[in-house]
Amino acid sequence: MHDVSASPASHQHTAPSGFLRKYVFSLDHKVIGKQYYGLALVSVFVGMILSWLLRLHLAYPNWHIPLLGKFSATGAPDGVMTPEYYLSLLTMHGTLMVFFVLTNAPFAAFGNYFLPIQIGAEDMAFPRFNMMSFWTTFLAFVVMMASFFVADGPPISGWTAYAPLSAVGGDAGPGLALGQNLWAISIVLFCVASLLGALNFIATTLDLRTKGMSLARMPYSTWAWFVTSVIALLAFAVLLPACILLILDRVAGTSFFIPAGLILSDKLQPHSGGSPLLWQHLFWFFGHPEVYIAILPSIGIIATILPVFTRKPLLGPRALVGSMIAIGFLSYMVWGHHMFVSGMNPFSANLFSVPTLIITIPATIMTLLLTASVYGGRMRFDTPALFCLGFISVFISGGISGFYLAQPSLDTYLHATYFVVAHFHFVMALASLFGVFAGTYFWFPKMFGRMMNETLGKWHFWLTFLGVYCVFMPMHYLGLVGNVRRYSAFVDDYLAPLIPVHKFITIAALLTGAAQLIFFFNLFWSRFRGSIASVNPWEATSLEWSTTSPPPFDNFGGHHLVVENGPNEFGAEAPDGTDFVMQAAPRKGA
Amino acid sequence: MGIDIHQAVDSEPTPVPAFARLGPRTPAIAKPERSETGVWIGIFAIVMSFAAFTSAMIVRQGVSPDWRHFELPRLLYLNTLTLIASSLTLVRARARLTTVAKPLPPAGADGKKSFSEGMNWLYITFGLGTVFLVGQVLVWRLLVVQGLFLSSNPSSSFFYVFTAMHGLHLLGGILALAYMIRKLARTRSAAQTTGLPAVCLYWHFMDGLWLYLLVLLIVRT
Repeated sequence: MHDVSASPASHQHTAPSGFLRKYVFSLDHKVIGKQYYGLALVSVFVGMILSWLLRLHLAYPNWHIPLLGKFSATGAPDGVMTPEYYLSLLTMHGTLMVFFVLTNAPFAAFGNYFLPIQIGAEDMAFPRFNMMSFWTTFLAFVVMMASFFVADGPPISGWTAYAPLSAVGGDAGPGLALGQNLWAISIVLFCVASLLGALNFIATTLDLRTKGMSLARMPYSTWAWFVTSVIALLAFAVLLPACILLILDRVAGTSFFIPAGLILSDKLQPHSGGSPLLWQHLFWFFGHPEVYIAILPSIGIIATILPVFTRKPLLGPRALVGSMIAIGFLSYMVWGHHMFVSGMNPFSANLFSVPTLIITIPATIMTLLLTASVYGGRMRFDTPALFCLGFISVFISGGISGFYLAQPSLDTYLHATYFVVAHFHFVMALASLFGVFAGTYFWFPKMFGRMMNETLGKWHFWLTFLGVYCVFMPMHYLGLVGNVRRYSAFVDDYLAPLIPVHKFITIAALLTGAAQLIFFFNLFWSRFRGSIASVNPWEATSLEWSTTSPPPFDNFGGHHLVVENGPNEFGAEAPDGTDFVMQAAPRKGA
Repeated sequence: MGIDIHQAVDSEPTPVPAFARLGPRTPAIAKPERSETGVWIGIFAIVMSFAAFTSAMIVRQGVSPDWRHFELPRLLYLNTLTLIASSLTLVRARARLTTVAKPLPPAGADGKKSFSEGMNWLYITFGLGTVFLVGQVLVWRLLVVQGLFLSSNPSSSFFYVFTAMHGLHLLGGILALAYMIRKLARTRSAAQTTGLPAVCLYWHFMDGLWLYLLVLLIVRT
């Protein structure tokens, strides 16, 4: 008989009842995953609108943007944003996108939904912590958004919140009093939520794998979520102290980050002895692993999806997993490459440059494995497959510019130019986001029991793919000719000839953004009107395709699956005549 | 190209599809106690965050000549002894309450005696932990009397930050212990001790962390 007492202190084995318990304060990892996804959707929408505002101002600095003047009379008098408000919007764009989109969507959303199912578990190890994680993240989002509505607006210090600008308070500029406090509190909440979430993922992966699901047989997306959660656990554990010290500098009069002798708005600041460089070290010690937190889950998702559409096994799966682990380990050794021009000892630049170049090796291995996995396959060009191929393209484009930035001699010139903006948008905004898109189109049938519309999906892919290249490729050129970033208007003579390039980028950005409306529409239309999906429409192998679409509340209807195969069994003739063997099926060849 | 994925297959929701072989409805195999795994993972995170605070302190001390050393109040050492004692009483409590440390306590009167002894040691541990926290607040008062506030000097800033952070984490441990005590007191059953190893692990870790912090503060402040 099915034994319900195997883990007495944990998951309920009865279905939840009541609207609040089922849909709001749910302990079910699937609901929580969808909640994270919804939060990421809202965040990306806000972030995208912010990017439109920034781009419009860059290309047409004197335009009166309707509604903006109404939204913020001080920030954009008459609809023309002040340079400070440009920085405010820039800060919020970066913060929302990096934290609330790229850490939430590929990691928290898909990870929460599919990690337990892919390892054959009924739920996460700590469902109540899981619920707390989501609602703490939600609270962090609300606090962050509140900074838009306070008198002085959001902070102007960038998503990196460099001290002393972020630490001194309102004397230094608009948004740096209440706005920066709200930002810091929001990030503290986000850290706590992420730490709990990472803890949950790790405990679940270690403890709750079903019989036969050894670490070696886990799907690559599960491996990616596992490695990412280890990185996240250690990285957010450093950002939290950093933000606490920042808050103390701001409200308690301490001087961790504020040096002596600062005179702001004609007032001598009552701090002394602190080190702005200390903030940079603490922040980037978190910040660099954070960008791998943003990209690794997407790589895992692509590695899981790609073989399904090439109908052949992924090449070098152990090398892929080994590379993920190597990246996780090395990511803690390279943070100084964000600080080459910060004034730290130039010799230490070498100490950071070498591991930065070394970290390109596992990243390249993964990229080459993904690319080579396509060779010899019988490709099915459905939308998830297109986004997989698109991922490879944008990841290579973004990765190559990283090689240049890794050299201090080149970075001295390229730092804080549009070259850097191009690099990180390609690898984060595009590559990571393409992973999210691929995952959405791939897993939508499992989550909602309906297929997304293929035609709309293909339109979305092609418009997005061409559009993002139009937006971000020219930025490499801009950076090389010296266009500095974080400027709201280009009044220097040498930058004026670049305005037409900025106009081109702006128009491309607006059109590409508009193309995302196809995706939003497809999501909501397919939810209610999409064609009914079978249990395994893509003929994939991992455990989520062995249960209903959507899965029941305990994922497998009380069954404990026994796993006898790895996730990579594609291509060869299977006993039942198909070209794949599922993980939950009898041992291949038996 | 490929199968026609739009072809609606049997939409009758079967619990599992026919082509996937299920394991028999066996009981799940015994898994490691997940609360303990959770605490171990938490320990890594907490170590990392105190490492961050430590490196912040070392850098801050090196960067500017405004660091003023001050003498740590003697009460701090008494608090340390209290915390160490609480770890020892917790070990004793766990031995009385579970079958791990010694053979099954005999059923009947002796078993009950062992259980209630164990509960008493738990109460004492809870008390000692609370005394430690109160003692830490008193240490802060002693510093305030000397004129050393959070913002007076970087050395005092870090002292307050470290003791506050440790105290907050210990408070979490005290609340977990209280939850454990409540559960055991209500059910009066030794079978409900599944969370106890995790609580003990966390408590001993807090003790060890405090010893590290004490040495750090003695050497640096």
